[in-house]
Amino acid sequence: MALLETRNVGQTYDGKAVLQDISLSIGSGEVFALIGPTGAGKTTLLRLLDFLETPSTGAILFDGTDITRSNKLRLGARRRMSFVQQKPVSFSMNVFDNVACGLRWRRQKSSAVRSKVETALELVGMADYRNRDARTLSGGETQRVAIARALVTQPEVLFLDEPTANLDPVSAGKVEETLAHVIQEHRTTVVMATHDMTQGQRLAGRIGVLIGGALQQTGSPTEIFCAPQSKEVAEFVGVENILSGIIAAKDDTLATVEVNGRAIQAISDFATGDTVYVLIRPEDIIFTKARDSSSARNVFEGEIIRMNTVGPLVRIEVDCGFPLLGIVTKRAAEELGFVFGKKIFASFKATALHTIKRWG
Amino acid sequence: MEEIWNGFVKAIQLIVTLDPVVMEITGRSLAIAAASCLLASLVCIPLGSLIHFNRFPGKRGLVNVIQTLYSVPTVVIGLLIFLLFSRAGPLGDMGLLFTPTVMVIGQAVLIAPILVGLTITALSGVDNAIPETASALGADGIQAAVLTMREARFGMLTAIVMGFGRAISEVGLALMVGGNIAGFTRVLTTAIALESSKGDIELSIALGIILIAVALIINIALNRLQQRK
Repeated sequence: MALLETRNVGQTYDGKAVLQDISLSIGSGEVFALIGPTGAGKTTLLRLLDFLETPSTGAILFDGTDITRSNKLRLGARRRMSFVQQKPVSFSMNVFDNVACGLRWRRQKSSAVRSKVETALELVGMADYRNRDARTLSGGETQRVAIARALVTQPEVLFLDEPTANLDPVSAGKVEETLAHVIQEHRTTVVMATHDMTQGQRLAGRIGVLIGGALQQTGSPTEIFCAPQSKEVAEFVGVENILSGIIAAKDDTLATVEVNGRAIQAISDFATGDTVYVLIRPEDIIFTKARDSSSARNVFEGEIIRMNTVGPLVRIEVDCGFPLLGIVTKRAAEELGFVFGKKIFASFKATALHTIKRWG
Repeated sequence: MEEIWNGFVKAIQLIVTLDPVVMEITGRSLAIAAASCLLASLVCIPLGSLIHFNRFPGKRGLVNVIQTLYSVPTVVIGLLIFLLFSRAGPLGDMGLLFTPTVMVIGQAVLIAPILVGLTITALSGVDNAIPETASALGADGIQAAVLTMREARFGMLTAIVMGFGRAISEVGLALMVGGNIAGFTRVLTTAIALESSKGDIELSIALGIILIAVALIINIALNRLQQRK
């Protein structure tokens, strides 16, 4: 049985629908990541799941019981959960008391409070800060205290809203490491919202993609990243080559998709005559100076029409009759003499492609 | 000019030698203002919190009325209290008119809007994320409210200090319901008014200096509180 379940949940603020028809079920011990662009409704959904808000429509079940509209039951449920907000605030007291709050509100004995707070502070590496005024901490330290504050009550469900969004890479790494440790050690059910899809991929067993207030797709990280079910999801998860085509021929699962008059070989479930999008991840494309003798079914010659250096990588856009964007290392680009206007070859495997239905 | 200067010198002497009359009037002033402040705080801080934490129609209008009453003339409250506690008034049987008790009640009523209003302002100044976070960490409504009040404690202290300042410095109400009875209801402000009209300039100046010193201490306390916020 699902620990948390939403049934056709919708939320409206001032007549504007923020979430629509969300039906989701999260099992005990599961790590579920909600990914989606900013403003997609991730925080609202987390707040609804934590019973901090009441949905405009639909029902939310915790442990099999609909407690959407009972204040007493909601408080009881909330006390089995914890929430780390995107921009955590510290209460104007020292670090120890900040972390102890949740336990004191649950009327735990002071000896238990002391030992649990100390353990939680140790876990996040903030034990030396116990007597510091919590409002004088840096962003990363505040985040770690917020995590300790959330973990100290040993919640059954932990909600994390963009847990590392406001941190520098080093602090973000430490926070993520702590979270990964907790997830592994305590088998806590975790629901996290993140716009950083790779973080979702690293920490979560299952991912839900929320775009424009609607849950577009849920599935394993591999399903989400390699087999998105809609153009919107594909765009969000970084599939930068989305080509409109039509299935011209089909041989078992191997389809020939006509894109701008070019034939692309792809594994597809669709039938001849279906209009589709062909999705190609940039990292699945190999650029070579000469025609590659590899096993790739798709090899196209094209001219480099754009090159952008991003850190150690170069994003290369090639016109093969259709635009194709790929990535090579900066060193490889230099060694292979890739420059603007140069004719090169792009190759990719039929199995690396994914097709989705294109309507209209 | 010389008369004023001599008055000033004698006033300093009265203060330095801890003149019994000066000390007695000062002590009573502080005691009445403190008692009225305590009484008003006990009622107004919970009342202000109740208004802040609850949603009801007309809330904004009520807050506007409360803020308008900050500067209600002291004589208007004086008249109201006088009518309530005068022999013919509804509370006349209590026989409290011209006693320190009625002065405490009157001053508490006078500063009530300041305390209620500034309590609401202090609580409104607390980041919404504080009660939200408390709820998310398992606090019930009352626990979240108590935490919010704790966060607003310096703002609330400011309200109390400002209420004390208004109570100790007002004269109209103290005169009307206290009666300026020597050794009984005479306070700093009423004594200054009376002694000046009698021509006892030294005592007036001495009491004035004390009143200004009290105002200065209040101001310093307020500044400190503002900084700690």
